[in-house]
Amino acid sequence: MTGRALAACQVSASYGSQRVLDRVDLHIAAGETVGLSGPSGSGKSTLARLLALLHRPDSGHVSLDGAAVTGTRHQVPVAMRTRVAILFQSPRAATDPRLTLAEIIAEPLRATGTPAEQARERTAELADTVGLTTDLLTRRPHAVSDGQLQRACLARALVHRPAYLLCDEATAMLDASTQAHVAAVIGEYQRRHSAGVLVISHDAALLARWADRVVDLS
Amino acid sequence: MTTTDPLLAVAGLTVRFRLPDAVVHAVTDLHLDIRPGELVAVVGESGCGKSVLAHALLGLLPRNATVTGRALLRTDSAGSRSGSAGSRGGSALARGGDGAAPVDLLACPPRQLARQVRGRVVGLVPQSPATSLTPVRTGRRLLVETLRAHGHTGADAPVAADRLAVDVGLDPADLDRYPHELSGGMAQRLATALALAPDPPLLLADEPTTGLDRPLVDHTLDLLRRRCDAGAAVLLITHDLAAAQRVADTVAVMYASRIVEHAPTEALFEAPGHPYSAALLDALPQRAFRPVPGHPPMLTDLPAGCAFAARCDRATPACRVQPAFTGIRAGQVACHHPLERAELCAEVPA
Repeated sequence: MTGRALAACQVSASYGSQRVLDRVDLHIAAGETVGLSGPSGSGKSTLARLLALLHRPDSGHVSLDGAAVTGTRHQVPVAMRTRVAILFQSPRAATDPRLTLAEIIAEPLRATGTPAEQARERTAELADTVGLTTDLLTRRPHAVSDGQLQRACLARALVHRPAYLLCDEATAMLDASTQAHVAAVIGEYQRRHSAGVLVISHDAALLARWADRVVDLS
Repeated sequence: MTTTDPLLAVAGLTVRFRLPDAVVHAVTDLHLDIRPGELVAVVGESGCGKSVLAHALLGLLPRNATVTGRALLRTDSAGSRSGSAGSRGGSALARGGDGAAPVDLLACPPRQLARQVRGRVVGLVPQSPATSLTPVRTGRRLLVETLRAHGHTGADAPVAADRLAVDVGLDPADLDRYPHELSGGMAQRLATALALAPDPPLLLADEPTTGLDRPLVDHTLDLLRRRCDAGAAVLLITHDLAAAQRVADTVAVMYASRIVEHAPTEALFEAPGHPYSAALLDALPQRAFRPVPGHPPMLTDLPAGCAFAARCDRATPACRVQPAFTGIRAGQVACHHPLERAELCAEVPA
């Protein structure tokens, strides 16, 4: 495989004695949208977590733009880690309830030592991109809807301009309008940055519409 | 659809939440009838007031809520169904004999709601099962306890529990797990089984398919449909338009605290009458996959007149006045400038 791509190469993963992935290959090229479907428990989320460098494969490896990644999480160099972002299904479980939406969006910037002024500008710019009003940015998760919180999570995922975005059932609990909006924001980002996108969903109609090709993991 | 009298007749339901510095207009002047054997879906964007509707009917709102209007629940039919699934629970309100006066759920004393209505006559499939299951009991204990409280004998209840588990798509062996050992989807199915156990004549299902994959979503929806076909009435609250399309007889579209259109399912999906319904359907991936333009208004700061006017390309100065709408029966649209079908349906007598 050549060119810029995020790829899982013959990866296996298990939880205890439960094997969920057995020598799986998946290739997401820059600019491409790959759909991933499969029944509950087929390992879709585990594969996304492997690709996001959050979970260590039992065997096989993840390759990022041609380089094999060793280790997970903080063991991976920041410059590599920030090239892959993940958007989870439940924004409530993926945000700190004590932070305001603005702080949630800016968290990855703070973690990498971006100056405050620059971080504020970038946060405002992203809030505008995902359709969050200034009034909402000062609220905490309990005071906004799931849809609004997921938009904040999307802004947070895009904050370091990742080359690859992994969406794990990221629109499953959203109404049709919010889902279409989130998909449109991701599509626009992808065109502008030639990003690779993985869309995990149970919804065949959504994948048919959104993805360039669909991989079934069953 | 049946032509019998409504089991539940909601008229002018209005819910307000008082906050320190604002008032949330959660539900405004809502009219809705549900007949036995009928499945009515309420759809809308998140935060439009859908779930508050279910909680208001069950008296489960927090203290800062003010509720006005009426929700009359017929109690005679509740008794007539009680033998259908080996449950006495349904007759709890009808012990005074058939033809008992309807109960106004909004004016019902909390004690009566708790002892005679909730669970027994009006069941709720909750939105977040993780917070509604007792964490220190296994699924089997929860289910058997519920079945015994609703008339199953000691020996019969465990058998009925297994049967219910299979009905909702759970492996009976999973009933021996504690709630924290269940996945989100399994907990959702257990919560559904608990709601179905007393065989209530009216079932409120608040996002019953959250966290389930498509085959299980369809399974749960078909289960609700079968309850309807056996004579129960179901109010399905969902953001999933495909779910509503699959099983509902009629669909009520809710926007910014009001029902803006209530139509037979097929008519709504083929030719929506309200511009908002049309825009929402256009957002589906099967259709234009285009979000509704603009943002929904804050429920603390609703505009005068039609709340959708700011996002609507058909809006005129007339829209500054709230459109007249009492959509008790299907086929009505709360709009000054409805799309084609509404004009046809307006001629159908309510």
